[in-house]
Amino acid sequence: MFLELGHIPIEEIAWGRKTLIEGKVLQISREELIEETKGDDYRIASVRADLAWPDESVRIIPVKDVVEPRVKVEGKGGEFPGLISGVETVGTGRTHALRGCSVVTAGQIVGFQEGLIDMSGPGARYSSFSRLLNVVLSIDVIVGISPHQHEEALRLAGLRAAVYLGEAGRGIRPDRIDRFEPRRLFQRPGCASDLPGVVYLYMLLSQGLLHDTYLYGRDVKTLLPTLIQPTEVMDGAVVSGNCVSACDKNTTYHHQNNPIISELLRRDGIDFRFLGVVVSNSNVTLRDKTRSADYAVKLVELLGAEGVILSKEGFGNPDADAMMICSGLEEKGIRTVMITDEFAGVDGASQSLADATPHADAVVSVGNANERILLPNMDKVIGDIPVIEKMAGGKSGSLSREGIRVELQAIVGATNELGFGTLSARGE
Amino acid sequence: MAERRKAVHYLNQFFGQIGGEHKAGTEPLVKSGPVGPGVLFQELLGAEVEIAATVVCGDNYFGEHIDEATERVLSLIKGFNPAIVVAGPAFNAGRYGIACGSVCAAVVDRLGIPAVAGMHPENPGVDAYRKTVYIVETKGTTAGMREAALKMSRLVLKLVKREPLGSPEAEGYFSRGIRRNFFAGETGAVRAVSMLLKKLKGESFSTEYPMPVFDRVRPPPPVEKTGEAVLALVTSGGIVPKGNPDRLESSSATKYGKYDISERSRLTPETHETAHGGYDPTYANADPNRVLPLDVARDLEREGRIGRLYPYYFATVGNGTSVARAVQFAREIAGDLIRDGVRAVLLTST
Repeated sequence: MFLELGHIPIEEIAWGRKTLIEGKVLQISREELIEETKGDDYRIASVRADLAWPDESVRIIPVKDVVEPRVKVEGKGGEFPGLISGVETVGTGRTHALRGCSVVTAGQIVGFQEGLIDMSGPGARYSSFSRLLNVVLSIDVIVGISPHQHEEALRLAGLRAAVYLGEAGRGIRPDRIDRFEPRRLFQRPGCASDLPGVVYLYMLLSQGLLHDTYLYGRDVKTLLPTLIQPTEVMDGAVVSGNCVSACDKNTTYHHQNNPIISELLRRDGIDFRFLGVVVSNSNVTLRDKTRSADYAVKLVELLGAEGVILSKEGFGNPDADAMMICSGLEEKGIRTVMITDEFAGVDGASQSLADATPHADAVVSVGNANERILLPNMDKVIGDIPVIEKMAGGKSGSLSREGIRVELQAIVGATNELGFGTLSARGE
Repeated sequence: MAERRKAVHYLNQFFGQIGGEHKAGTEPLVKSGPVGPGVLFQELLGAEVEIAATVVCGDNYFGEHIDEATERVLSLIKGFNPAIVVAGPAFNAGRYGIACGSVCAAVVDRLGIPAVAGMHPENPGVDAYRKTVYIVETKGTTAGMREAALKMSRLVLKLVKREPLGSPEAEGYFSRGIRRNFFAGETGAVRAVSMLLKKLKGESFSTEYPMPVFDRVRPPPPVEKTGEAVLALVTSGGIVPKGNPDRLESSSATKYGKYDISERSRLTPETHETAHGGYDPTYANADPNRVLPLDVARDLEREGRIGRLYPYYFATVGNGTSVARAVQFAREIAGDLIRDGVRAVLLTST
C-alpha cells in the first residue's frame, strides 16, 4: 500500500482552444472550464473565468477557497472523495499534481469571513497564493437560495474546476515522483525502534455555516476523532467548506499540501517514527469539545505516541479545543507542540489567545493577525472592493484613496495555522 | 560619507556634572555636546551619530514636577531636531529612572523618534515605561557603566539606521510585551517539528508564545431580592439594530453600541440583526432574541421575578477582539450600569 505523488510543474497559464499541458504551460479552454465549473448545478447563475499572475497588479476579492488541480492516475477512487468522485478510500496508487497553479473561487460574498489575495505589492508577501498562477472563477448564484446552499454550490464548483484542470496532467510524465508508504502501525516496526513515536493531531474546524470541513464528503461536525493516512489527505479527502477569517482558514489547497504532514514524512525514520494522523474537529459546545478532545487524546495514546504536533484552524473558540487537547496529552506525558496564530490587537499589546493552559509550553506562533497593513490600489480587481468594509479584518473606513487599510486577517493564508508560511511573532 | 545623525542625551544633575544631592532641585538646562558618560557614548557611537547636546535636570525637580519637567525637557530636546534620544543609564536610581522613562516616553509619543534608556531590573522606571521605551538592562551601580554604554550604543546605532532588531534577549533590552510580526527563516511547520524533537530529547527550546496568565474573575454573591433588582442585557454576540447604525466591525471590534429597548417587548428580524462575523448568523438573524433574550427578560419582568429591565442594552462583537479592548469596553459599560443602579446583568456570548 503506497502512494506515488507525481509533480507536474506549471510555469505558465494561458487561454487556448483545448485544455492541455504543453511543456510547462497549462493551456485552458475557457468555455469548457466554465461549463465544467457550472456542472449541472442549477444554483449557479454565472461563472466568469480570469487568470492572475504573480507580480501582476491584481487584487482578487472576496476569495472563498483555493484548490490545487490533481488527478488520480492509478489506484482506487478519485480526487475529493465523497464530493466529486465516489467514496472509496483514496491514498494509494498514483496521483499527479499540477504544481505552481491553483483554482481560486470568488464571486458574491457569502459571509463576513472571506479574504483577498493581492498578486503584487506588500500584501503579496503574506499569501503563498500570490506566488501561484491562479485560475480565478467568479461564481454568482441565483437569488433566493440560502447561504448554506450558496456555500455548497461554490465549494463543489471549485472542486469540479480543479478536477477538470487536473485531468490535463493525466498523461504527462511528472518531473518528480515522491513515494509514500504508510507505516503499518500494528505490525513490526519498520525502523530502529528506539526512535520516539510521533503523531499529528489535525484539528478541523466545524462550527456551522462557513465554518465546516468535509472528510470524505461528510461534515466533520458529527465526527468522532479518527485515523487517516497522510496519503488520503493528499488525494483531497479533507476539503474546506469554511471561511473563518481568511488569514487562518485552511483552504483545500493547504489540506492537499499539508506542510506538517510533509515535514513529518520527510524526517520519518530519521528523527522519529511518524505513527499517523488523528483528525479531530472543533465544535461550539463544551460537551462536543470535551468528547472530541478526550477521544482524540485516547487515540494518540493507543498509537503509543511520545510526541504530538497539534494544528489549529481559526481563533477564539477553537483556542479552547486546542488547550483541552494539549492539556490532555501533556497530562499523559505525551509531549506536545501547538501551532497557533495570535490576535494580540493592532498594537500587539494584548493577550493573544482566548484560552490558555500552563501545559502549552511549546507553541509555534504564525503571526499576529491583527497587525495592520496598507494595501495600495491595484490596476485590476477581480471581484468587488467595497465588500472589504464588511469582511473580517476590514472595517468601515478601510477604503481610502491610497488603497485599503486592513488587518492581516483579511489576507488569505497570512497566518496559516498548519505552518504553511514563515510569518511569526515575538515579544519586543 | 554617511549622513551624521543627531542624538540628544538626557542626564540628571549628578551625571550632568552640576552637583550631587544638594543640586537635585536644578531645573532643566542644556549643555552643548556630550557631558560625563556622554563622552563614553560618543566614543562608542563613532562617526555615525553625534551627541549634539545634553539636557540636564535635577532628580528632585523632575520628581516634584513630572508633567512640567517632561514638557520643558521635551521642548529643549525638540530644538535640536534629533534622530534619537538617549537617557541615563539610571542604574537602580528610582527618581532618575522615572525621569528617564518619562522623557523617553514623551519623545516616542510626541516626537515620533526612538529613545533608549538604561536601568537595573528593579528600577521602578522599568515597569512604568518598558511598554513604550527601549530600556536596556544594566547593573545596579555605576560599576556597570561601560557594559551599559556598549549595549545602549549598539541599540542606538541599529535604531537610527533602521536595521532590524533581534529579540529583546539578543539586544539586551526589557521586552516591551509588544507582539510584533517578522518573517522567520523556516516555515511554521518546520519550526514545530524541530521544537518537538528538542522537547522529546529534553533539550532546551523556547516557545514562541509564552502562555498568558488570565484574570479569573471571582463571581460575586447571588443577587438578593431579585424581585426588586434592575436587570440589564449585555451581549458580545453582535446584536444591533437593523442596518448596524454604529457600524460595529464583524471582527476585531473597536467599539460597542448602547441601544434603547424601553419600547420593545421582543426583537424581530425586521428590527435587529447580528453584526458578528464569527458564527453562523442564520439563526440569530431569524430570531435575534436567541442571542439577546429580550423576550424572556420581559416575561421575567411581567412575572415580577425581576424588578425591572434596564431600558438599554449594550452590544459588541467578541470575534478576534483583543482582550485589552474588551477590558476597556467592560469598564465603560460597567460604569454606566453602576451609575444607573443596575444590580444584575445577563451577559450572553456566542
